[in-house]
Amino acid sequence: MTGLLTPELMQNVGRRATPRTEVVTRRDIRKYAIASGQTLDRYLRGDQAPPLFHVALFWDVVEMSELSPDGVSIDRLLPKFPLERAMAGGLEIQYHQPIRAGDVLTADRTLTAIYEKEGRSGPLIFYEVVLEVTRGDGTAVVTEKTTRILR
Amino acid sequence: MSSLENVHAGQTLPGMTRVCDNVQSFFYNAALWNAHRIHYDLPYATDAEGYPGLVVPGPLLGDWMSQVVDHWIDGTGAVFEKFEYSNRLAVYVGDEVQAGGTVTEVADGCATIELFVRNAKGDVVAPGKARVRLA
Repeated sequence: MTGLLTPELMQNVGRRATPRTEVVTRRDIRKYAIASGQTLDRYLRGDQAPPLFHVALFWDVVEMSELSPDGVSIDRLLPKFPLERAMAGGLEIQYHQPIRAGDVLTADRTLTAIYEKEGRSGPLIFYEVVLEVTRGDGTAVVTEKTTRILR
Repeated sequence: MSSLENVHAGQTLPGMTRVCDNVQSFFYNAALWNAHRIHYDLPYATDAEGYPGLVVPGPLLGDWMSQVVDHWIDGTGAVFEKFEYSNRLAVYVGDEVQAGGTVTEVADGCATIELFVRNAKGDVVAPGKARVRLA
């Protein structure tokens, strides 16, 4: 280990983003279904959301002035990492209930882990963000863990 | 409603061939509000980032794997319990890829499916895994 993970950096573990609430519209489901190439009628009609619709629903809607030069929006949940080049990442999703048009959903995002591994060409930093999607009454809808790798 | 009674480890799911063209890439990124230049700014993607073409958004490859499972369980009453994928290699706009999967385990009323997206060279560009609760 090269000691990239300072105590100051690790203090960010547990940080939560401001919750965001979105209304699921048939129009948004239909747009996502068409864009992702769905073929099942319930998605194309917008009755029910495809399994990865929440990725689009809770993608940050940022102003153009908030984008970095490469066009990426800055995720304010994340600290400044000592490695900045993002490599492949992955998603792990648990499904509790289907998402349907008319649903009002809230997303809570938490930075749950930061760790370091030695890669073939140097150190890598991994971080994990958990997204919990719930209904107004607190019922869980989707839980998603994103893992990203920086080099 | 049909059923998935004979699900067994080693069973292959019907796969699909997909090509993300410029129109699909535009619609997909617009649906997400994703302005990352590697997806639509060809001079930026090639000159600044060194890619050979416009990069297909990673989550779209994940979505295609979910569609392999969704088609297989459609009409059976089975539902997704878990789905995971990771993006390992870039796919470019215009590239043909294959998405598919194989059942690896059937236990406790659930089937586990290993999934993949492969490029034309046969490389797995995105592996995935799903667990569905059988009806």
